[in-house]
Amino acid sequence: MIANRTMPVVDPSEAHFWCGGKEGRLLISRCQSCSEYIHPTGPICPACLSREIKPEAVSGKAVISTFTINYQAWFPDLEVPYVVAIVELEEQPSVRLMTNIVGCDLESVHIGMKVRVIFKQVDEIFLPLFEPEVTA
Amino acid sequence: MDMIKQRAAISGIGQSEVGRRLGKSGLALTVDAVMDALADAGLEPKDIDGISTWPGLNTDIPGFSPVGAPELKDALQLNLNWYSGSSEAPGQLGAVVNACMAVASGMVKHVICFRTINETTALSQLKGKVASTVGGGQQVDGWAKYMVPFDAFSASNWVALYAQKHFHEYGTTREQLGQIAVNARRNAGLNPKAIYRDPITLDDYLNSRMISSPLCLYDCDVPVDASTVIIISRLEEARELNKTPIRFESIGCAHNSRYSWDQFDDLSTQALRDASAALWKNTDLKPADVDVAELYDGFSFICLDWLEQLGFCGKGEGGAFIEGGSRIALDGEIPLNTHGGQLSAGRTHGFGFMHEACTQLWGEGGERQVANKPQVAIASAGGGTLAASFLLTRD
Ligand SMILES: [Zn+2]
Repeated sequence: MIANRTMPVVDPSEAHFWCGGKEGRLLISRCQSCSEYIHPTGPICPACLSREIKPEAVSGKAVISTFTINYQAWFPDLEVPYVVAIVELEEQPSVRLMTNIVGCDLESVHIGMKVRVIFKQVDEIFLPLFEPEVTA
Repeated sequence: MDMIKQRAAISGIGQSEVGRRLGKSGLALTVDAVMDALADAGLEPKDIDGISTWPGLNTDIPGFSPVGAPELKDALQLNLNWYSGSSEAPGQLGAVVNACMAVASGMVKHVICFRTINETTALSQLKGKVASTVGGGQQVDGWAKYMVPFDAFSASNWVALYAQKHFHEYGTTREQLGQIAVNARRNAGLNPKAIYRDPITLDDYLNSRMISSPLCLYDCDVPVDASTVIIISRLEEARELNKTPIRFESIGCAHNSRYSWDQFDDLSTQALRDASAALWKNTDLKPADVDVAELYDGFSFICLDWLEQLGFCGKGEGGAFIEGGSRIALDGEIPLNTHGGQLSAGRTHGFGFMHEACTQLWGEGGERQVANKPQVAIASAGGGTLAASFLLTRD
């Protein structure tokens, strides 16, 4: 990981996704007509062509679809190794987020692992990262 | 597609010196490659009336694309009826697709298609500045903004995610994937222009440094300075020139899923799935008819995926197909990346595969020439969201 992350240019239309973590919520755009989640957000639902699209909070639960452990220090101040993953949201697996898996040993990370969102704040932005879902 | 098949052909190819930190300008490399291709075809600058390039001039990433169509036009003061340079195309060889369409439409007679890259020189000239546009603390916009903030800086990371999925779904192993790299290096040893020519063993591969699991150093291609040119001409004009024209039996550039690394519907393959399927829709030829395959290997896994999706083996069977390496060797059932690919011959970025396919079809491969006069070749370029494939035949 790098202390000084490269951050996204945030368009107002997608501010809910990047900043929703301020209230501890993962907000994903959803079509109010056919209920399809749309990520990244857009001006129209590609499934039903409705324009009524609003951010909705999801559970933050997800499953690791695939991952890689990055070993290469692409920059001098990049601390390696770390996990980059693509996770599928519980509500709609076709909605995937590229993210980091944190809070566990690298060796324990695997495809199919259940994870839950946590947020890493960088100024106004709250990056959705994921950690293992602790089951009782 | 029929119009391209009947009216357009490759009439000549050319390439500059290929090397690391050559210290030459992008335009100098481009002119070298153009003059080489014109001599190959038997054309002069005055015959050229079109230019097509990928991705067009790009000053954001040092050396990534130092020359666009206007710079080449001006250097040779060409009189053009059409020109184009854009990254919004189905892969690097999308520039060739555009040229074929322009020729088939009757708009132009002879089009120079080129890809020039001099990253190794440009980066060495930065003198200690951060050699990337996505270094820590900067901002990222566009399609990379949902990846780079999570420290997924490199295409190595993105392709590794796909490779890991494939390993998981189909039991593919590093021992199998390594054959792409070992095969490329073996062929590069027979190519005087290749960057890395000393053979490597599977053990060398397995012991090499991990970059982004499961991809190691030998899974990643090597950046070079180079310019590569393909000339697309009207078929009847090409028949009057030096070389036997090479025709486009089929071209595949379909893209039917999300234009995204992370939202693509099947993470064990890439956009090349659709570009491969489309290739076989326009032809009666079958994978078994192909004599030589030059398939994009910016990362070894991309090449494995092309092999599967083009139908040389079934989906998920690529690991077993290349195991041991004999099927893809120069004397195997489908000789693969006969020049050494981008892994060992250098990142000529897509264009090198079409250049080599033509070299083989013209019987000019020297020590690496595939035996028995190959008649049908596949060239492909692109990984991730980018892909185009070409079925090439001698006229
Ligand atoms: Zn809808």
